[in-house]
Amino acid sequence: MPGYQWDFGKAFLHPDLWLTALTVTLGYAAATIFCGLIIGVIAGMLLLSRHWFVRVPVSGFVQVFRCTPLLIQIIWFYYALPVAIQVTIPAWLAAGMGLTFYMGAFSAEIFRGGIMSIDKGQWQAAKAIGMLPSQVMRRVVLPQATRRMIPPFVNQSVLQLKNTSLLSIVAVPDLMYTAQVFVSETFRPLEVYTSLGVIYLIILYPLQKLAKRLERRDDV
Amino acid sequence: MTSEREAPMVEIDRLCKSYGKLAAVKDVTLTVQRGEAHFIIGPSGCGKSTLLRCVNLLEEPTGGRMRVGKIAMQFDGRRLPMSAREQAQYRARVGMVFQQFHLFPHMTALENVMEGPRTVKRIPYAEARTIAEGLLKKVGLAEKCAAYPKHLSGGQAQRVAIARALAMSPEVVLFDEVTSALDPELVGEVLAVIRQLTEEGMTMIVVTHEMAFAREVANSVTFMDAGMVVEQGPAAAVLGNVTNPRLEQFLRRFRA
Repeated sequence: MPGYQWDFGKAFLHPDLWLTALTVTLGYAAATIFCGLIIGVIAGMLLLSRHWFVRVPVSGFVQVFRCTPLLIQIIWFYYALPVAIQVTIPAWLAAGMGLTFYMGAFSAEIFRGGIMSIDKGQWQAAKAIGMLPSQVMRRVVLPQATRRMIPPFVNQSVLQLKNTSLLSIVAVPDLMYTAQVFVSETFRPLEVYTSLGVIYLIILYPLQKLAKRLERRDDV
Repeated sequence: MTSEREAPMVEIDRLCKSYGKLAAVKDVTLTVQRGEAHFIIGPSGCGKSTLLRCVNLLEEPTGGRMRVGKIAMQFDGRRLPMSAREQAQYRARVGMVFQQFHLFPHMTALENVMEGPRTVKRIPYAEARTIAEGLLKKVGLAEKCAAYPKHLSGGQAQRVAIARALAMSPEVVLFDEVTSALDPELVGEVLAVIRQLTEEGMTMIVVTHEMAFAREVANSVTFMDAGMVVEQGPAAAVLGNVTNPRLEQFLRRFRA
C-alpha cells in the first residue's frame, strides 16, 4: 500500500486495556489447559480400560471434540447448552467449556498414546519380579511415558493459547476481542492486528522453544 | 533326607496353552528337582518360550496343572481363580530373564536390581542396596552400579537382568533364550553367570539354542516340537544317545 502512514501509537492508546485483555487471555488459557489436562488424564486412563463399555463412550466423547471445529464447540456451549439443559450457565463459564473439553479430548489421546508407546516387555519384566499392575504403572510405565507426553502436551498448550482468540466470538474480552474494539475505534486494523500478533508471538515463542528442547531430551 | 526336600520344585502336568484353535503347548508334563537345571530345546516356534511364559503366568495356561514350591494351580480354560495380588505374589517367587533384557531404562543398574526388593518386598533401602550391590558384584558388574541401561553392552545388560531376577530370591529362575539377542562375543559372559548359578544349586528352567552349553550344564532336558514333548530325561540320555529322528535332525544343524 504505497503512501500508507503506519502509526503504531494508535494501537497502544489504551495500554491498560491491553493488559486487562492479556490477563483474560492468559487466565482462560491457564484454566482451560489445567482443567483440560485433568479431563484428559482421566479420559485417557478410561480409554485404556479392558472393558468396552468404558472405552466406547469415552472414545465417542474424544472423537466428537477432535473432529468438530472448536469454533462450533464454543458457540454450542455458549448458546445451545443452556437451552438444551434448561440451566443458566454463567457466560464466562459457558465460554470456557468448549475450550476445556477440546483440550481434554486431545490430552486424552496424548495420554493414551504415551502409555501405549511403552514396550510390552517393560510390563512383563515388572510383573515378573512380582509387581502389581498398579505398581507397574506407577514405578515403571508412568515415569517413562510422562517424559514422552510432555512435548505433545506443551505443543497442545501452545495451540490452546492461540485458540482462546476464538472466545472473542462470544464477547469474552480477551486479546482478540479487545483488538476488534480498538480497530472499530481507531480504524487502524493493520497496526492493531500486527501488534496483537506480536503479543501472541512474544508469549508463545519461549513456550515453543521449551517444547523443542523437551523433544530433544531423550535420556531414555 | 526329608520328603519335603525331596519333593520336586516344579511339577507341570499336561499343561496346555491354546490361542483359539491354535494349540501352542499341548499336554506338556515335566518335573524339575530342587537344584536342577532343566533345559528345554527345540526348533523355533515349537512352544518352548510359550511354556516358559505359562510357568510365570505371563501367559495363562488353558489346561493342565502346575505346582511351583508350595503353590499349586489348575487350569480349565476359564478365568484363573487367582487375584492380581495372588498372581503377583506367585511371580515374585519365580524369576524370569528375557531375551530382550527389558531393563527399566529410567533406572540405573543398581536401581533396576533394587526395584523388586524395594517395591515388592518392601525391604528397607540400605538392606536392598546391600543385596543389589552384592548381586551386581556376583555377575561381575560391581563397577556398573550407577550406569543406565543404555550405556551397557548387551552382555552387561543381560547380567543386570539376571541380578534383578535373583534379587527376589526366587525358588526357580526361568531363562528365555537369554543369549539370542547378543553379539556372539558377548554370549560367553552371560553363560558363565548361568553356569555359576547351576554350580550353586539354583533351580532353573532354561530355554536355549546353545546346544554345547546345554550338554555342559543341563541336568535334564526336554525336547519339544510342535507344542509337544518329543523326548525327555537326563541330559546325558537325551543328548547322548539320540534315537529319535526329529531330535537327531534338530541336533544335526548344530553340529554343521
